[in-house]
Amino acid sequence: MLEVANVSKWFGGLPALQDVSFTVPSGRITALIGPNGAGKTTLINCITGVDTAKSGKILLDQCLVNTLPAHRIAALGVARTFQNLKLFSNLSVLDNVLTGLTVKAEQSFVFSMLRLPALRHQERYLRLRALESLDDFGLSNKAYWPASALSYGEKKRVEMARAFVGDPRLVLLDEPVAGLNTDETVQIAQHIRQQRSAGHTMLLVEHDMELVMDVADQIVVLDSGRCIACGTPEAVQKNPLVLEAYLGRMEATA
Amino acid sequence: MNGFHDLLQFIFAGLTNGAIYTLIALGFCVVQNTMGIVNFTQVDFVSLGGMFLFSGLFWAGLPMGMALFVAVAGVTVMGMAVERLGVRPSRSKDHLVLIFLTIGISIVLRGAMKLIWGKNRMAVPPLAGEEPLRFAGASILPQAVAVLVITVLAIVLLVFFFRGTRLGLAMRAVASNQAAASVVGIPVGRIKAASFALAGALGGLAGVLVTPITTLSYDVGVLLGLKGFAAAILGGFGSFPGAVLGGVGLGLVESLTAGYVSSAYKDVVAFVVLLLVLFARPKGLLGK
Amino acid sequence: MLSAKDNIFYFLYLHRTGLTVTFLSILLLLWPMVESNPYTVGLSNLIAIYVLVVLGLNLFIGYAGQISLGHAAFFAIGAYGSAIATTTLGLPAWPSMIAVALVTVLVALAVGVPALKLSGHYLAMATLGFNIVVYTVLVQWDTVTGGPSGFSGIPYLTLGSLVFDNEIRFHYLVWTFAMVALLLCLNLVRSGVGRGLAAMAEDETAASTLGVDIRRSKVKVFVLSATLASIAGSLFAHCYAFVSPESFNIFVSVDFMIMVVVGGMGSIWGTLFGASLITLLPEWIEALDTFKEIVHGLILVLILLFLPQGLIAGLVESVRKKIALSK
Repeated sequence: MLEVANVSKWFGGLPALQDVSFTVPSGRITALIGPNGAGKTTLINCITGVDTAKSGKILLDQCLVNTLPAHRIAALGVARTFQNLKLFSNLSVLDNVLTGLTVKAEQSFVFSMLRLPALRHQERYLRLRALESLDDFGLSNKAYWPASALSYGEKKRVEMARAFVGDPRLVLLDEPVAGLNTDETVQIAQHIRQQRSAGHTMLLVEHDMELVMDVADQIVVLDSGRCIACGTPEAVQKNPLVLEAYLGRMEATA
Repeated sequence: MNGFHDLLQFIFAGLTNGAIYTLIALGFCVVQNTMGIVNFTQVDFVSLGGMFLFSGLFWAGLPMGMALFVAVAGVTVMGMAVERLGVRPSRSKDHLVLIFLTIGISIVLRGAMKLIWGKNRMAVPPLAGEEPLRFAGASILPQAVAVLVITVLAIVLLVFFFRGTRLGLAMRAVASNQAAASVVGIPVGRIKAASFALAGALGGLAGVLVTPITTLSYDVGVLLGLKGFAAAILGGFGSFPGAVLGGVGLGLVESLTAGYVSSAYKDVVAFVVLLLVLFARPKGLLGK
Repeated sequence: MLSAKDNIFYFLYLHRTGLTVTFLSILLLLWPMVESNPYTVGLSNLIAIYVLVVLGLNLFIGYAGQISLGHAAFFAIGAYGSAIATTTLGLPAWPSMIAVALVTVLVALAVGVPALKLSGHYLAMATLGFNIVVYTVLVQWDTVTGGPSGFSGIPYLTLGSLVFDNEIRFHYLVWTFAMVALLLCLNLVRSGVGRGLAAMAEDETAASTLGVDIRRSKVKVFVLSATLASIAGSLFAHCYAFVSPESFNIFVSVDFMIMVVVGGMGSIWGTLFGASLITLLPEWIEALDTFKEIVHGLILVLILLFLPQGLIAGLVESVRKKIALSK
């Protein structure tokens, strides 16, 4: 589904990603882990078009995407959530989720201004889809609230609803449980599993190892911009390089 | 020989205007660097400088030297007042809101000036005589010489201020990294007030120097100020050497265009240059 | 099954925008029968023309989160364009209006495509600079524009044998345009495109990952707002039969911006309020000429300090929040 091939990126003289290669199989959850600063968010940014890889290729279903701007990658069916939440506080919860359907909605200014019956039907359909998505994530009772009025955990779920509403080919989840308590984390894990059952492909960036071991089908480990391991959770757990990357860090700070 | 005299004339005019644009551009830079906002009230600091000079001379009967000092000091105080009463109370950190806010304060200031000093144009006597001096075949007003000399002095003082004084260094620290500056104990609020004060001083100085040449009115600073802004962008917004380069450069381009191409469209020159810079290289000549 | 009453309420809710606009239009239709003082009607005509400008500007500033301090330039292109086309060149008025609007589209593209790569104060200065350039040309190119003394003798608009030559007739003309524009803008804001613009205003990165083409959207909104201003300008020229550069300087642009802020950045209904308030102020404050800047400036400052979303939007927002949180 997604193939990352020899991707490299530098910020000034600092290498953020060095020759990273792995594949994300369809319908499965791939977790991307690594110590802080390993380059995980940079990689996500490159895949979604927020940033550009300096060398290497990123292929979505054999289609080259690393040269495309973010909005075209979104149109190809790539959705994401953000580590530090990027909800639109000036919009309602429902409108936030509706923005996830931008690529499916009418793009033309003229047709939108005329608001012909066809557009009205489309709007109604999109609203129903958005409400369904909110329902999946347990937030339909707050659909008309201003997004800024929700709790942190609820906001994270709204972002997820926004990511999944358009039935995307690939969803990138950037630390979906950061800052959440145990109960909320369990809830999110459940949502993630639900979405996998629905057939969605996911790339999950996380620090919470319990969650990762719980839901991931495959784990990719980054350290200092390099891919040091890629395999099943059991294999990665026992990989000495991985242990060194994490424990080595811990010893240094002890 | 006539051609050379004309050229020299245009260069003098260009340098004089350029000096004024430089002072104004520096005023914009100071606030931009320490506060990250564009202070549209800078244009009114220029008008106020002229107004205070006028009042100092004709309402208080002060001698020229004192009046000049009082005028610049007055605008400096006004600068601090604007920051304290107008900008600081803002609850929103939204860029858009802050820009509109300084525009609003600028409008209020202009309205107040119109109320206090009236709508009409006023004449302000020059620093040192009205007879034009002759230099290498071109004539130059003594006021223009004063403008050039005092501007250079001001720039030198400014360099010394930022390199050598505690307040100057503190301002540079805040400009470079506000969070870090406050952590090491620099009173950021007071520094912001000080930067507005400095911007006021620079604007006021520009005003007292230029209004004897251009005559004075409540909105005299608007066009000058906007051109000063254009000069700052030309040189690289936020860069002090850029402000000097942009100011002098703009003044010369404007003057030479007015002399050799068309004087009717003189005011357009600055803004065409501005548009070209913004479209081709927004960072300007020396921008970061 | 829904009861008849529920059905009616549902219909009203579903078509609330169209119905409100229709209701307002009916009021406007009937108003000249009640109020026939040409001065009062003339005032409301001016409001309608400004509403056209401010609707577009509000989409640009309020909805898309950009800045323009130079929209009077597009207002001018419409006004002088129509004036020159119909008076100097003797062309028919309605096709000229359309042609001038197309010219405005081209100019807006030429200025907008490079300028909208900038943001914040750079964009503000670019639009301001553009306004000053246009204004100076209007003043200096007096052979074509009539210079500072203005351009007179602009013919009235006609529709068949009907000549729009008095305030009452202007009323129907300009308010028709204003209501149509209002409806179109309301529709835009409630569509996927409108949501995309609102998203872009708040967070461009997030909006682009959702599929919003940031550069194109900004340019489209800019061109739309310029076109509306141009049409307003053309109407302005044909209604007053006279234009002079003073109606199109940077202070006018700033006044347009104040109308946007007063009505509420992003509030389409608010533009009616904003345009009305600023236009009617001189009527209520006798000595406004002396106090104009202070009053305008204070309004702007006070609103920005205390109610940045504008008067109407601020009130609506607090009411909405209270309703939502009480459920």
